[in-house]
Order: sequence, then C-alpha cells, then structure tokens
Amino acid sequence: MAITTMIGAKIHRREDPRLVSGEGHYVDDFTRPHTLHLAVVRSPHAHARVRSIDITQASKAAGVVAIYTHKDFAKVLSGTIPVTPSFVAEKNQIPPHFPIADKEVVYQGEPVAVVLAESKYGAADAASLIDVDYEQLPAVMDLEKALDAKSPKVHSGAADNLGWDLTYIPDDVAVMKEADVVIKQRILQQRLAPTPMEPRGVLAEYSRGDGTLTVWMSSQNPHFVRLFLAGAMGLPETRVRVISPDVGGGFGSKISPYSEDWLVPAAAKLSGRPVKWIETRTESLQTTTHGRGMIFDLEAGVKKDGTLVALKVIQYMDIGAYMGTFSAFQANSCLLSGGAYNWKHIGARTVGVLTNRVPTDPYRGAGRPEATHLCERMIDLLADAIKMDPAAIRRKNFITDFPHTSHFGLIYDSGAYEKALEKALQMAGYEKLRKEQEEGRKKGRYLGIGLSSWIEICGFGPSAGTAPATGGIALVEAAQVRVFPTGSVAVYVGTHSHGQGHDTTFPQIVADTLGVPYDMVELHHGDTAEGPAFGYGTYGSRSLAVGGMAVHKASKKVVDKARKLAAHIFEAAEEDVVFEQGQFYVKGSPDKRKALGEIAFASFGMNLPEGMEQSLEAVAYYDPSNFVFPFGTHIAIVEVDPETGNADLKRYVAVDDCGNIINPMIVDGQVQGGIAQGIAQALYEEVAYDDESGQMKTATLTDYLVPTANEFPMFELDHTITPSPTNELGVKGIGEAGTIAASAAVINAIVDALSPFGIKHIDMPASPDRIWKQIQTARGTSHDGKEARR
Amino acid sequence: MIPAAFEYSHATSVEEASKLLDKYGEDAKVLAGGHSLIPLMRLRLAQPKALVDINGIKGLENIEVKGSKLHVGALARHVDINNSHVVKDNLPILAEVAGEVGDNQVRNMGTMGGVVAHADAAGDYPTIALMLDAEVVTNKRTIQAKDFFKDLFTTPLAVNEIVTEVVFPVANGPHKYIKFRRRLFDWAIVGAAAQKMNGGWRIGLTNVGPTPVRAKAVEDALHSGAKVEEAAQHASDGLDPSGDLRASPEYKKHLARVLTRRAIEQAG
Ligand SMILES: Cc1cc2nc3c(=O)[nH]c(=O)nc-3n(C[C@H](O)[C@H](O)[C@H](O)COP(=O)(O)OP(=O)(O)OC[C@H]3O[C@@H](n4cnc5c(N)ncnc54)[C@H](O)[C@@H]3O)c2cc1C
Repeated sequence: MAITTMIGAKIHRREDPRLVSGEGHYVDDFTRPHTLHLAVVRSPHAHARVRSIDITQASKAAGVVAIYTHKDFAKVLSGTIPVTPSFVAEKNQIPPHFPIADKEVVYQGEPVAVVLAESKYGAADAASLIDVDYEQLPAVMDLEKALDAKSPKVHSGAADNLGWDLTYIPDDVAVMKEADVVIKQRILQQRLAPTPMEPRGVLAEYSRGDGTLTVWMSSQNPHFVRLFLAGAMGLPETRVRVISPDVGGGFGSKISPYSEDWLVPAAAKLSGRPVKWIETRTESLQTTTHGRGMIFDLEAGVKKDGTLVALKVIQYMDIGAYMGTFSAFQANSCLLSGGAYNWKHIGARTVGVLTNRVPTDPYRGAGRPEATHLCERMIDLLADAIKMDPAAIRRKNFITDFPHTSHFGLIYDSGAYEKALEKALQMAGYEKLRKEQEEGRKKGRYLGIGLSSWIEICGFGPSAGTAPATGGIALVEAAQVRVFPTGSVAVYVGTHSHGQGHDTTFPQIVADTLGVPYDMVELHHGDTAEGPAFGYGTYGSRSLAVGGMAVHKASKKVVDKARKLAAHIFEAAEEDVVFEQGQFYVKGSPDKRKALGEIAFASFGMNLPEGMEQSLEAVAYYDPSNFVFPFGTHIAIVEVDPETGNADLKRYVAVDDCGNIINPMIVDGQVQGGIAQGIAQALYEEVAYDDESGQMKTATLTDYLVPTANEFPMFELDHTITPSPTNELGVKGIGEAGTIAASAAVINAIVDALSPFGIKHIDMPASPDRIWKQIQTARGTSHDGKEARR
Repeated sequence: MIPAAFEYSHATSVEEASKLLDKYGEDAKVLAGGHSLIPLMRLRLAQPKALVDINGIKGLENIEVKGSKLHVGALARHVDINNSHVVKDNLPILAEVAGEVGDNQVRNMGTMGGVVAHADAAGDYPTIALMLDAEVVTNKRTIQAKDFFKDLFTTPLAVNEIVTEVVFPVANGPHKYIKFRRRLFDWAIVGAAAQKMNGGWRIGLTNVGPTPVRAKAVEDALHSGAKVEEAAQHASDGLDPSGDLRASPEYKKHLARVLTRRAIEQAG
C-alpha cells in the first residue's frame, strides 16, 4: 500500500496567497529604530582618476549625519570582494576589488562615497552635492580592442587586460579535415541586465554592546554572505546573522556579494546606527552584475551524410572591470558546447577579458544558454550547408548511450534526447508547418521554424568537483528536520527560494517521506541564525537535486529513529516494524498502528530505548555523486515581416525533461519564466554602452526592453520523464531550462524564415531594425534608398 | 530615483493656477497626470522648485462636440478619451490613439493637455492635432497646432500659461493610426496616421523628427491621383530623424514610408 501522494502532486504554491496579496516581506519592509538611510555617490565615468572629493556642501545639508569615503571604510573593512579561484585553473589577473574606489574608478557606477542621512530624501539630496573632481582616463569598452596590446588598460598600470586564457582541449586540424563541409561563424552574446523585480537592498544593524551584526538583505545566498562578511568585518560567524527574507527575484544576480553588502554594515558600525540602502532601478541596471557578454568564434565540420565531425570553440568573455565572484563559472559554455550530440572531436578555449564595464557574473543559465545557442546555431548552419532537415541532423547525431562520458570528462547521467525531440515535433505539427512554410513563401510570407535540442548541467554539485572551484567549500547542501511533540514538522534548509516555490515542493517531499499531512510541514530558509551550520544557496538549478535530497535524507534519518522507538513501544524487533503512509506497525499485525505523530509525542517522554535521546530531529548534509543533466527540445515558430523586419513569435512549443517531477505546476511556471527570459535575449534585451564615453545607454526600463506577457504567445508545454540515476528521488533541475533553450529556438526560427534571402545568421537581439538591415544587405538594396517594392 | 525637493500647491481654478505660476515664475511647473513630469523629476532631469497641481480644476476634463468641433479638455485622461462615445462618434481615430498610449496605469493618469504641453517627439496626440489643424486653447489665447509644436519639448506656452483644451475638427471618415513599437506599452518607434477628411487625406507621422510631421507631399500626391503605393514613398521627403537605440535614421524613414502606405490601405 506504499503509495506516493504528495510527490508529483499538482498543488498550488503555498507562498502565493501571501505574496500576491501584499503580505510578503522584502528588505525594504523591515526597519529598525533610528535607522539612517544611505545613498551612494557613484562614478559617472567608465574610467577616471579621483583627484579629490569635496564634501563641504553635502555635510551642511539638512539631516546629513555622516559621509564616508574609502579612507573611512579602510578602517573597518579588510580584504577584497572574493573571487572563486579556480573554475578556471590558470588565472592570469584578478584585480583586487575593494568595495569602494580610492584613487581610480574603473566602471560607471563604481562607489566613491556614501552619505548617511535621517531620510532617504535627505541622503539623495546630499549625495548630489558631493563634488568629486575626476580626471577622465581612456576607457576600454570593447572586448576585442581590450585584447590589443596597444589598448589602454582597464586598471592603470596593469600589464594587459587579460583575465584568463585557458585551453581545455586543443583543436585537432586532422579531425576537422575528415569533414566534407566546414562552417565558420562568429556568434555574439550581448550583455543582459538581470532586472529582478525587487532590486538589491541591505539593512544592517551593528550592536556595539555585544559586537553582533544583523543584516537583512535580498540574497540568494545568505550563508556565503555571512562567511565573507564576517571575514571582512573581522567578526566570528557566530556574531553575524544574515537574514534574506522574501526575495523578489534574483536570476543569479543575487548570488555574489556586492560593494553595498560590505559598505552598509560597515557604515552601521562606523555610525553606531542601523543603516538602510535600497537600490534604485537605475542603480540596478548600472551596477548589479550583468550576464552573458561574450563572443564565440566557432568552426564546425560535418560529413555529407550528416555525421558531425568536429567543433572548435573560442569563447571571449567580457569580465567587466573586476572579476565577478562566480565569473569564471561561465566558461562552462565550452564544456557544454557539444550539446546533445556525438562529435568526434571538440576543441575549446576560453579567454576572459577585462573591460571598463560593470562585472559580469551568472545570469539565469550562466554559460549554458550560450552553449546551447552556439551549438544549436552551428547544427542548423551545418544542416543548411548539406541540405539536411534540421530535425534529421539532430536525430542522426544524438548521444544515445548513458551514462555518457563527454570529451571534457563530464558524465551525462541519463537522457532520451530523441524522445523529447519527437514529442516536440509532434506537438508543433512539424511536417504540416514545413508545408505551410513552403506555401507561404510563394505568397511572400516568411514563416520560420526553429529547433533547440538543449542539454544542460546542473545540481551543483559533488564535493570533488565543487570544493576546488570555490576555494575549499563544497557545494553540498544541508537540511534539518524537526518533529514537534504533536507531529508538526519544521524543515530548515540552506537553499533559498526566490521564486522557485520551495515552500511548497520541499514540504511535499517531507510529507511523503515522513507520511505526515503536507499542511503540517513548514519550511524555513534565508536566516543564517536558523538550521544547520551552513547553507549553500539557490542557483544553478541545484536546490532540488542537492537541497531536496538533503531534506529527503534528513527525513529518512527521522524515520529511522522513529522506527527504533516504534519497535521499542511495540516490543518488537526493529526489522519487523513496517513503516507505511506515515504509520508504524509490526509485520503481521497491521491493525495495531502508531502514526509518526504519536511516535513523536512519545519521543519527548521517558519510555525510550536504552541510550536514545529525546526528540525526533535530524540534520543531514547531502553530497551528490554527480551533476545532473536535464534536456529537451523547444520549437519556436515565427513569421517575419520582410518589410519592417519585425519577427512575430507565433507559437512556442517546449518539451522538457527534468527527471521525476515533484510539482508539475511549479515546473511549468519555471519553464514559462525561463522561456520568457530566453526570448527576451533573442528579441529584446541588450545592455548598451556608448563606446566613446563609457556611459550606459540603457539605464532605465524605457530603454532596456524587458518584455511582458503581452509580447508572448501562450507557451505549449509538455514533458518527458527520464529519472536521474544520480539521486534517490530521480530528480534533475528546471529553474534555468527555459532560458537555456529559448534563444537558440527563436534565432533558428528567424534565420529559417529568412533563408530565402540567403541569410545564414543573425545576432541578438533580433530587433526589427537589425533584421531589416540584414534583409537590405542580402537584397543588395542600400539602407537609405527607397526600397524596391516586391 | 528620488526627486529634488519642491513646493506643492493645488489649484481649484485656472485663474488660481495661473496666479500660482506667476508667483513661482520660471521655476514652477504644472502637474497634470504626472506621467511625463514625475519620471523626469525622479531622474532629476527636471528639478522644478514648485508644482502647481491642476487636477482639482473642475470642467477641464470635459469632452464635448460644439458644431463641427470636438473639444477635448486638458484634463481628459487617455482612458476617458478612449472610452468616450462622443470621441468615438466624432473623431474615432483619436479614441483609437488614446487606447494605444502607454499601458493601463499611464492611460488612467495621463492627460490630453499634458501630452500636448510636454511636446515629446513620440507623443501620439500631437501628430493627430497637427495633421487635422487642431487648435490648442490656453487661458490666454488660441494657438494653431502648426504654430504650437516648435521643437523637441518646446512650445510657445508662457510660464503662467495653461492649456485648457484642444479643439479638433469632427472627422469620422476612414482612418487608421499605426504605431510601430517593440512592446505593447512602448512609445512609437514611428507612427503613421491617415484620416480621410473633406474629400482629401490627412497624413501625419510620429517620432520622425523633433516635432510631429504632417506628410504634405503624400497628401498632395494622393490628391493628384497617385497610387497609394507611390504616394507613400513621399512620406520620408524632407525627413531628417535622429537615430536611437531602437531605430537608425534610415530605418525610421523606411518605416515612415511603409507605415504610411499601410495606414492608408487599412483606413476604414
Ligand atoms: C511608461 C509610459 C509610456 C508612455 N507611452 C506614451 C505613448 O505611447 N504615447 C504618448 O503620447 N505618451 C506616452 N506616455 C506619456 C503619457 O501620455 C503622459 O501622461 C503625457 O505625456 C503627459 O501627460 P500628463 O498628464 O501625465 O502630464 P504631466 O506629466 O503632468 O506633465 C507633462 C508636462 O506638461 C506640462 N503640463 C501638463 N498639463 C499642462 C497644462 N494643462 N497646461 C500647461 N502645461 C501642462 C507639465 O508642466 C509638464 O511639463 C507614456 C508615459 C509612460 C510613463
């Protein structure tokens, strides 16, 4: 009778009634008595020397309590913002990053001073009165120019602008020669701003009395922030408490610590009063780390029969002015560049380049959307070159045997790539669409069908792979499960949901493992003062495959103890005690049962077996044996208006496989949001800087085009289920999948639509302006001439 | 994102508003729907010392037909213009345009007077006002639309002058406004309007220069019997739009031609 009830149940998100009715609690909802408001004075220049900072006027402004600059912070902060040392083994240059500039500013938005005032308004007013004398220095805005030896240096005095240069696998000219057709292509990945709905924010209170620091902040990763902050402030971790309440989105931008995460607590210590800073939208666009920002130089070869031969990848990554904490993680684009396919050889090299822009760091997908994009684009280019159908070339080359060891030594745990492809083709009505496309072209209608058979790596991660990469701390996960005397269960985890629905899914797992009603299980996260010693945060689609497993493991420890106690109460041997649907009984007498809640009550009493301690409570750390590798196929259907260049996304079909599903509704929600962000990259978003002045041109949401639900068709979603052999729950990850898949599907569809014009590739965002220009060029019509009518 | 300090006062009549404006002089600004002014203040691109709120002035929101003229009060909100049967019956293109301004929040707050006085190159009403020879009425005088939109964000309004209404001719023949934009709530990258009136066509363009443009060359070509397709090619005659993040000058000119043709073809 052992039936699963909650795992797999399509239940509504428990957190939603609270969040959608305005009962959520974000950083700005918290306040402490006598709080001061902090405003940051930022460099308007991309690169300049700071000659002097005149605070005379500002100090006299109403309500101003203090103004601090580098010299003040140097007294209370030590060290620099950390950089994970070895995602890439050979680092050439990590510029030291103190949270506030001293003599030189290296990107627009870098802090140079902070104002503390009685009100938010007062702080903003006084900040505008601070007079900083800058001497502008030449800025390096362009990734390629930055590599030129003659180029100015991002940091004055540096030898070059090279962050790293690492060849994972050298290319093999001999193998490439086996190909009948070789295609070369450069693919650009524009910079994107993560734009969470809730910007960053920090409230810090330092108690001089007991030397404790409490920090409320919007973070995906509160335990890491505590670790770093304690170090920077010279406090033991036990005296630092980081509370990340409800988080209004992060998309990766709230993993790493930021300048303000240091400056606000330090200002609280310096001033002796609580200090609050809430990021403005412009600050968010200008100073929160960006994603992507890469150039790929690619070469791929195929045989006439469609057999893939070799792929050569060079990734140039725009690091920005300082290396982001997890910047180098994005070199994983190289590791996944081969996608879902068998290649005889893959050569890959990654080059990190410093520029005078805000640092880049993970943004939803972080390296894997870029990998999918480059791979799926090259597959389409090869298919086009040998006149093979895009679905057929994929089918022919899919990896089919699992576990599969990749060229880079990664072990793909499980997959059924063709199954997902076939299902997506069927949902889309692929054959019919191809016919419509052909018919349409005769009438001057340009329909395009784009495939993206994506894979990814997530569930970070096994200690052997992650501890060296972070500089010692393995990205395992911790959970604590506590059963109260009447059977309610509190679960504490080190992951931190910021839209993923853990308040719902983790209790679903516990409810099944402990056999208690779902409503009796409550999740706690985001407060470093609660639960296990350390938590590892939510990013990289790791929370379920690692954190969910920790929860499962801790729950099982509780069951084990409860079984011992039940055996004692039943006066039976432990092996004879059956646990089923939350109830214990002795084999052969199923009528005499005790529910877990009853055992819990008994566990606080006196009738315990010899040596057993009171309570039902367990902590578990889960170290996965491998990463997990979700996959799927997405299909975008667009119609391009060749006259205006507008690409209209007509349909979007997605079949994803994330292994076993805990809650299908949440999986769909994650996929939808993910697809939206992938389409956003394909069609809308781009962080633009003026190359001369280094000024960001997209510093408001009028100019930075985040699309809304209005801009999307209803996505048509389905799944295949291929359980992961890596963990007992058979789960993978789904938080980033949509984004990883979507940009390639959309761009492939647009290129497919434009193929009658001989157009082979288009970069992102594929705005009407860009598409139109490309059509004009292909037609040989000048851009300003009046168009020859069809 | 926090505006500089300012004084605030609330007027209940046009006279009172005018007096308050006199008092503060150059440093004061009228506050209507606030959906252009407040964003500028929050970015500190505008730092008026005082705001004179005209939202409490009764009667300024009226929409009515007098003879062959449609009078739209300065405080008529986009949502009201969009829903008004008077507008739908007498100048349906205006009701349709109003329904495409910004998003719901913008339409609930933004006003006819605000759009006109603000004179943003991408404002939609100015195009309609200009091509239909509307009149902008203030507490001091009546100004022809062609004399009103002088340059980017520049009108002949004096500091104490308040727009009270905009007067359009009644025109309910075939019409179409095509607003080319990326997101549903965006400003126009380029907009093209066509209105059949008094037996001829009126053609207007949005965001192809510092002010709205009346495409006279297209109107004339149509008048002398040119095919729509040929006439529309003149839509870019004399245009010198500036490029921006969304469109190069060439592309804007191209859109002016394409959208003009489509607007005339689709006018119904
Ligand atoms: C997201 C967004 C999208 C938008 N999209 C569009 C769009 O697509 N098309 C479009 O046309 N507009 C758009 N707008 C602008 C919107 O229509 C504004 O409401 C309008 O431009 C200004 O009207 P208002 O009533 O809000 O004026 P306010 O912002 O209050 O004032 C604007 C200016 O006009 C002056 N002013 C206002 N009323 C008077 C008056 N009666 N007499 C004299 N001076 C006056 C003010 O002093 C100020 O200088 C958008 C705005 C936003 C925020």
